[in-house]
Amino acid sequence: MMIKLHAPDFVHTCTELIRQAACDLPEDILSSIRSAQRDEAPGSIAFDTIGSILDNIERARTQQRPVCQDTGMPCFSVDMPYGASMQTIREQINEAVVLATRDGYLRPNAVDPVTGKNSGNNLGIDIPVIHFREWKKNTMRVACMLKGGGSENVSAQYSLPEPALQAGRDLEGVSACVLDAVWKAQGKGCSPGIIGVGIGGDRITGMQKAKDQLFRLMKDENPDPVLSDLERTLYEKINRMGIGPMGLGGNTTVLGVKIGSAHRHPACYFVSIAYMCWACRRSVMEFEAEI
Amino acid sequence: MKNKHLQLPLSEKEVRDLRVGDTVLLTGKILTARDMAQRWMFEERPDILRKDLLEGALYHCGPIMLFRDGKWFCSSAGPTSSTRQEPYQAEIIKEYGIRCVIGKGGMGERTAQAMRDHGSVYLHAVGGAAVLYANTVRSVESVLKLEDFGMPEAIWTLTVVDFPAVVSMDAHGNSLHREIEDKSRELLRSLLLQNK
Repeated sequence: MMIKLHAPDFVHTCTELIRQAACDLPEDILSSIRSAQRDEAPGSIAFDTIGSILDNIERARTQQRPVCQDTGMPCFSVDMPYGASMQTIREQINEAVVLATRDGYLRPNAVDPVTGKNSGNNLGIDIPVIHFREWKKNTMRVACMLKGGGSENVSAQYSLPEPALQAGRDLEGVSACVLDAVWKAQGKGCSPGIIGVGIGGDRITGMQKAKDQLFRLMKDENPDPVLSDLERTLYEKINRMGIGPMGLGGNTTVLGVKIGSAHRHPACYFVSIAYMCWACRRSVMEFEAEI
Repeated sequence: MKNKHLQLPLSEKEVRDLRVGDTVLLTGKILTARDMAQRWMFEERPDILRKDLLEGALYHCGPIMLFRDGKWFCSSAGPTSSTRQEPYQAEIIKEYGIRCVIGKGGMGERTAQAMRDHGSVYLHAVGGAAVLYANTVRSVESVLKLEDFGMPEAIWTLTVVDFPAVVSMDAHGNSLHREIEDKSRELLRSLLLQNK
């Protein structure tokens, strides 16, 4: 499929990407939620809560309505071939966001913090969020992520050492921060969540690293054996806290933990935690682009 | 689990009969109110809301609404985090005589106290289950402050039938949220020690 970046077909592709993210929860997330329900006792609040979640996912898909009314701040990640224009891509994505808002796939979520005015179409200063990366392939890949405000509010960033947790500048310290952040979130980030962790970096790249982890598929194995092991142990430990679906108690507090790292400054050791709700809405398309 | 059917408006006795863990199906008029709306209610005490809120229900929700064929249609309407409304909620419950607050994530001690004093409960809805709840909306009655606050933060009056929820804070001072938070704090502590 060849898509012209200057033509309506690119706008159409992006609108479709948004619709898909908003209404059709990815299969890997769905199957994780299904298996989480098997870990809860039938008749318990936890079991029924996951039952409502599964029922809702099905209704959203068949009625083609947003899984969650909070479609977040629309966020795109673009991998593009050498020579593509960021400006052109941005204009087309903006247009797609306006159309998707008009059609009810996105809730108007852009509020001017100075005037308090909602722009009504999801356009505003630095929104939609678009990250560009140039790559060596001659195809283009556009990924969309919709992450609600509740899960964004409980995301956190720690600077080690953290005396209150007796957390030092090592992976045990990282674990302490993740456990603390998930405990503080309770049900407010819409558990069972997916935890993206960024170790190191600066305050921006560390959180970006954490958020990038949320694009990984649930089954995705971390290529770094140390991080892979940490992902598994944190997943098990968190689920022993008993916070459960929506914080009402139960065996499943998170569906998974995904960790990435970035080199840090000798003085800085940040642990960035991006909390994603169970409605982990992401979609991706790769296509040949005529730039 | 047996569902209790509740028809709005609710009497104090009906609300005091509810206990944490009960599941309910709520029918009647509910009003959405979150951040900007709650602040407006707290600061200006608008009289226009009194009739529907007396012994009524307030929903922490910023829905997706569509204007189709000359009327509003509720497409997606799950709960938003209630904790942000903590600074306003206790006063608003008292001022308007609200019997139930619907939201997610639970609320703090001031709200719990107001619920005990005035006979009111917190009904927990599943965050993100927005189509499930939108499907209980039979009609959109009215909207207030749409221009000023925008779609998510306007006050929408919705008539719902059998809106499902769990009582997670009752009118006797019990809170499932407090209970889970306390239990999980102990488990967090032991995990942090093991971590060493």
